[in-house]
Amino acid sequence: MKSERITKLVLRFTSFIIVLVFGGIVLSMIADAIPAFKTFGFFNFIFSKEWNPTEGKESYGALPFVVGTIYTSFLALLICIPLAFSTSLFIAEYFNNTKIASVLRTLVDLLAGVPSIVYGLWGFYAIRPLITQLGYSDNGYGIFTSGIVLAIMIIPYATSISNEIIGMVPVELKEAAYSLGATRLEVIFNVIVPSARSGLVAGYILALGRALGETMAVTMLIGNANVIPHNLFGAGNTMASVIANQFGEAEGLKLSSLIAIGLLLFAVTAIVNWIGKFIVRRFS
Amino acid sequence: MMKENYNWRDWKNKIFYGVVVLLSLITISPIIMIVYTLISKGLKQINFDFFLKVAPDPLQAMTAVSSHEIIPGGIANGILGTVVIVIVAALMAVPISIITGIFLYENQESRYANVVRNLTEILQGVPSIVLGIISYLWIVKGLTKGYSAFAGSVALAIMMLPLIIRSTEETMKMIPLSIKEAGAALGVPYFKIMLKVMIPTGFSGLLTGILLAISRILGETAPLLLTILGNTNINLDLSKPTSAVPLQIWEFYNNPNMIDLVWSSSLFLMILVLALNLIAKRISSRFN
Repeated sequence: MKSERITKLVLRFTSFIIVLVFGGIVLSMIADAIPAFKTFGFFNFIFSKEWNPTEGKESYGALPFVVGTIYTSFLALLICIPLAFSTSLFIAEYFNNTKIASVLRTLVDLLAGVPSIVYGLWGFYAIRPLITQLGYSDNGYGIFTSGIVLAIMIIPYATSISNEIIGMVPVELKEAAYSLGATRLEVIFNVIVPSARSGLVAGYILALGRALGETMAVTMLIGNANVIPHNLFGAGNTMASVIANQFGEAEGLKLSSLIAIGLLLFAVTAIVNWIGKFIVRRFS
Repeated sequence: MMKENYNWRDWKNKIFYGVVVLLSLITISPIIMIVYTLISKGLKQINFDFFLKVAPDPLQAMTAVSSHEIIPGGIANGILGTVVIVIVAALMAVPISIITGIFLYENQESRYANVVRNLTEILQGVPSIVLGIISYLWIVKGLTKGYSAFAGSVALAIMMLPLIIRSTEETMKMIPLSIKEAGAALGVPYFKIMLKVMIPTGFSGLLTGILLAISRILGETAPLLLTILGNTNINLDLSKPTSAVPLQIWEFYNNPNMIDLVWSSSLFLMILVLALNLIAKRISSRFN
């Protein structure tokens, strides 16, 4: 029975690699973020607006990027929810089990397969000129442009759960409502939405988690200004995009500050995803 | 009164139906626009040279663009770079993930397994740029003392872990218990049941999971930006800077003379991702 014990050990040890990788990520990011936190103070770093790499007067704060991330992600979620909800109703309710529903489902799946950088190109060549023409901003870069493209990118994550949940609402419930004379709209909002609520919310939270960490498309569209965006069409930077933009030439305190921002991003996405998963688990 | 009331409800119902169809069409219009743009702008640039030659220098590209010719050269350095990085990433991630997946399947209730499962789930949500930072700290600064293909592989491998672990656990759950028990009843040791019964029975499921994970990481640009640097020549040395197709798209995008190559490289990348997806789905539909 020696081989049994060895097998068990191998399985256990291999799975421990996940713990090591995870622990390693957290620890080495904390270790490299400490200089920034020490120099500026933990809360000061998060809430300072200044991002000044001039030698001698170096000062780094994460607030512009935290705000930029919140703006773009929530704008994206706001645009995404009606689109994703309609698409789910189309696929799982109005046209459930029809050919056209499966075509739509395939196209939404395709959305998930488009690389982030291709979304960036699409935003750059299709959305940005539109914003400029409408006169909302001079060059078309900014929060709004990134928000729209992000919204499209996260739709597959938002619909993935809700497609199934809406399809799983018991027919008896729906028929009971119809037999009372309810219209389809009333059935959707009085029967389907209440019984699928937590699944819908969980999907949207997971989509938000995706939006928070998206890098390339946002980097190409947000305008890369290290300031708090002054309006919806203003340029800014998100936590992910500032890392992508400035990491290459950074060293010393700046590098440490960027890693601190990465650590912050890691923590925020982990918490958001955790809430989403918690809701899914309680539901199923 | 009753009748009017019903009419209004009926109208609302119809309007809502219209809105749902309209918004659904809006949802899918970007993918149609993207595919159309890539094909119409990228196809003319794709020829044999595109796969066989390295990226041209900006001057050559500028001359070609100004005389309205297609840009000479191709993305062979990127294609080979991507292939090397992805294969090395898969070699690291696949064995760890499959064994961990089997471990989680065998220990549904244990507390340690639940910790591993939860960490895997958190890992799946970690933004790819953060993994780029990690690989920069561990490999670029620590191991290879400079930007390297291996650093890119490590970042991508960490991304693959949670995806394959999850698909492995799901696949194992679908294997009938009786097959495993038949092996155990014959006194076969557990590692042989694993190697000779569970992995072969679930092979197509495992393969689907691996292919889908690869298709997910194939288009990743952000972690590569921090790890592999880029290279204008073909490079097969893991410890040296290298190029990759998504990184090249980023470079072409930033260079006005090369902009034509953006479309063909993006088209190529998307076809690659979609082909992997299709193969994976084909395999899994045969499995079920």
